[in-house]
Amino acid sequence: MTQLDEGSGPAEVGVAGYNFAYLDEQTKRMIRRTILKAVAIPGYQVAFGSREMPLAYGWGTGGMQITAAIVGADDTLKVIDQGADDTTNAVSIRRFFNRTAGVAMTERTVDASVIQTRHRIPETPLRDDQILVYQVPMPEPLRYLEPRETETQKMHALSEYGVMHVKLYEDIARHGRITTSYDYPVLVNGRYVMAPSPIPKFDNPKMDRMPALQLFGAGREKRIYAVPPYTPVKSLDFEDHPFSIDRQPHSCGLCGSNESFLDEIVTDDAGGRLYVCSDTDYCRERREAGDVMNRSAAE
Amino acid sequence: MSQIALKAGFDDSVHDSQRVFRALLDAMSRPGRIVTPSPPPELPAALHPATAAVCLALLDFETPLWLAGPDIAETRAWLAFHAGCPFVATPEQAAFALVTDVAALPALGDFALGSDEMPERSTTLLLQVGRLVAGQGQRLSGPGIDGTAWLDVDGVTASFWTERAAACALFPRGLDVIFTAGPALAALPRTTQVED
Repeated sequence: MTQLDEGSGPAEVGVAGYNFAYLDEQTKRMIRRTILKAVAIPGYQVAFGSREMPLAYGWGTGGMQITAAIVGADDTLKVIDQGADDTTNAVSIRRFFNRTAGVAMTERTVDASVIQTRHRIPETPLRDDQILVYQVPMPEPLRYLEPRETETQKMHALSEYGVMHVKLYEDIARHGRITTSYDYPVLVNGRYVMAPSPIPKFDNPKMDRMPALQLFGAGREKRIYAVPPYTPVKSLDFEDHPFSIDRQPHSCGLCGSNESFLDEIVTDDAGGRLYVCSDTDYCRERREAGDVMNRSAAE
Repeated sequence: MSQIALKAGFDDSVHDSQRVFRALLDAMSRPGRIVTPSPPPELPAALHPATAAVCLALLDFETPLWLAGPDIAETRAWLAFHAGCPFVATPEQAAFALVTDVAALPALGDFALGSDEMPERSTTLLLQVGRLVAGQGQRLSGPGIDGTAWLDVDGVTASFWTERAAACALFPRGLDVIFTAGPALAALPRTTQVED
């Protein structure tokens, strides 16, 4: 087994026999053209010729194809899975690009030019010169309400989104509030209803008028879509039931933040719990910057 | 048999096309921003450096191209060799349209504008103009722009802007335009609102 200096390593030699960043040039051009269309029609899902990647569908093949098509030798790549840089999916994707493209890797959000993410948006606000690539399992927000692709295409074409509002209304009728807590549907630039990928709805407000370009890739479903910088992204709601995010009544047990999205960690078999930032880089930066340790707040 | 001395393409097609694409992506995501993609070392006389760069980065056998302008035989041969793109006879068949001189531009309604269900099946127009200046000229707003931006496109007529507005009023159908002037490039996706 080759020992890889993944995570921080300077460029190493690419794997012999493969093109830079794995995909062949014709595939990259096809994906690049798709990305340009996606940027020109914000929130619209553009079909593309998704390729087989050397890992299973559901592990981020859509995001990886976008990253492979945009990344260059002078980029710095960060990969997160549920906010963390050190989880299986993030580590294997980072290793993949380290092997096939040899691009510089970082765990620091501020140092990255391209960030590929599974199910979180970093807590640190992103900049104008960064690109956020989302891994998307189900790009069609209407799919669970209307199984036929021919119908959902028409619904998007006609802006016929009543069925989505009925679904949200039924939540309110049954439970008194909208219970969707992740992959919460959004309206992009006042036109297309879009699935933000399964990010917690806590992250939805960060998408609105974000300075960074946001690209979404769904490998199995063969769709790419985008939100250009500074584009209005509105979470669907009703006047009398406005969109709101759930604040957890805890602060991070490691860095003390009460702003960030927290993971719950079971620490023993006697009901012990520790709440920590899901964004590992944000948490570490705060601790390194000497923010107050506040373990007591985690109970 | 006429012979045309073929000019070279990118030195390093993998990394050169990636850099050109990223410059173009930057321009398309931020309408009004002018970028300067690095061109190939040699290019046909009728092409501006930025045009040649975009053609090599985006065109291949999957992109029917409609080519218009004076003295384009050399360009055609160069693109046929380096990109291998098919050439089509009418603008509406084209995935990309390359117009090397504004005088050769047909009515914008002649291009494919996509359908409501598949708006991406529209022509992307590559138009060579005289000069691009940011910060003055037309007032731009829409996705990708923080408030407003300004872009001065030297060489296009007033009817271009009226026709573009008419095409883009059909959103999600519409026309995405890439302007090139010498080494500079700017893009106007269909979402950008343009005012005088």
